[in-house]
Amino acid sequence: MGPNLLVNYGEAVAAILFCIGFTNLLLQTNLIKKIIGLNIMDSAIYLFLAEKGYIAGRAAPIVTNGVTSVEAYINPIPSGLVLTGIVVSVSVSALMLSLTIRLYLRYHTLNLDEIAAQLKKEGR
Amino acid sequence: MSKKKSAEEYHKTFAFHFFRWLSGGKDPYLGNVEMRPQKEYEADPEMLLRQEKEHDAILDKVYDTKHNALLKLFHSLYEITSILFCLFLMALLLVTISYLPATGAADKPVNNEVAGRYIEKGLEETGAVNIVAGMILDYRAFDTLGESHVLFVATITVLILLRLDKNKKGEVNPLTKEMNPNDRIYEPKNDAILQLVATFLVPIIIIFGIYIILNGHLGPGGGFSGGAVIGAGLILYLNAFGFQKTERFFTEKTYKWICFFSLSFYCLAKSYSFYTGANHLHSIIPNGTPGAILSGGLILPLNIAVGLVVACTMYAFYAMFRKGGF
Repeated sequence: MGPNLLVNYGEAVAAILFCIGFTNLLLQTNLIKKIIGLNIMDSAIYLFLAEKGYIAGRAAPIVTNGVTSVEAYINPIPSGLVLTGIVVSVSVSALMLSLTIRLYLRYHTLNLDEIAAQLKKEGR
Repeated sequence: MSKKKSAEEYHKTFAFHFFRWLSGGKDPYLGNVEMRPQKEYEADPEMLLRQEKEHDAILDKVYDTKHNALLKLFHSLYEITSILFCLFLMALLLVTISYLPATGAADKPVNNEVAGRYIEKGLEETGAVNIVAGMILDYRAFDTLGESHVLFVATITVLILLRLDKNKKGEVNPLTKEMNPNDRIYEPKNDAILQLVATFLVPIIIIFGIYIILNGHLGPGGGFSGGAVIGAGLILYLNAFGFQKTERFFTEKTYKWICFFSLSFYCLAKSYSFYTGANHLHSIIPNGTPGAILSGGLILPLNIAVGLVVACTMYAFYAMFRKGGF
């Protein structure tokens, strides 16, 4: 065990959230709940990135009073990466939900096991 | 020189018989073998019914998931394995995090010369007070273009999956027939409280969204967040007043053209700026005085383009999930 686990409590929370989302993804049979698990994983990644960019005692990267020294602001790159992540997560969620709607219309259930059983029964 | 033969004489030759046999003109069995046409198979309807029933019974027995001991064993094993795997993953991640540099330290390897360059030269080179806006719309503009396209492609795919297909005669595709009694019947019809609140709130929300977009280079905000706010305002308006009102100004065609013009404007503007930048040419777009609303070079128009795409996309997602189309 390294020395920084308690100092990095934000990143530790991100890791735990990620694992909660992943367990949800593996154990839930309801498709909507699986998608919720995936979104929890996404949020954990944003939290991790935000923690990576933070520097204690520095301001958000918006130039105030014309000060442009590195010592004044936090790292702007993780903020941009979080932005990208949010956009992609929105698109992926919408796509998965619409696929779920189509599956529901076809099989009249959201349970993945029942869908698989019906698929086998139909002989495909 | 060949001799000319009469037809009768020719019919007796070997060549005639051979070529007739070769081309299939003569059936050697015809007249030699007794042949009878086959009877068509007639299935006994009772037997068919019985077979079908037996088949269904077998399938029910085979796929009886509730009383299958092996399946139950598999499920419990699967659950135990996945929980153990997730615990292992969590322990692994926590051990890794305990070795990472401390949060908030200034000398982390993440804070390298790239971030330093963005902070020190960002204001001078892009003209944007908001360093993140300058980064994503100037230094890393390709990335943001890709994001806008991801949104656009996702909307198109959702449209393909959810729209109510109609052919030219106006008949609904049988695959999407079940979606036809759409959610419009569940709409709140003229809810007085919702309409009053929406009358006050929607203009404020949309103006706030426009403010966020226009101030993207001066403070927190930008195209993505402002677009999401405007989309939320449109969704509230839709919920209060129904599709008849929104369809007057926002249809599939509007969405298509807004996205097309925004994305192609983005492409052309950034192509120009990359072309001039790579060839060390003088760009005609001034950076302006930092802090003024008309500053930051291309960042303000690009923010507007991205904001339009995002606002339309948010509204389009909602409308498609509500009723399968705009």
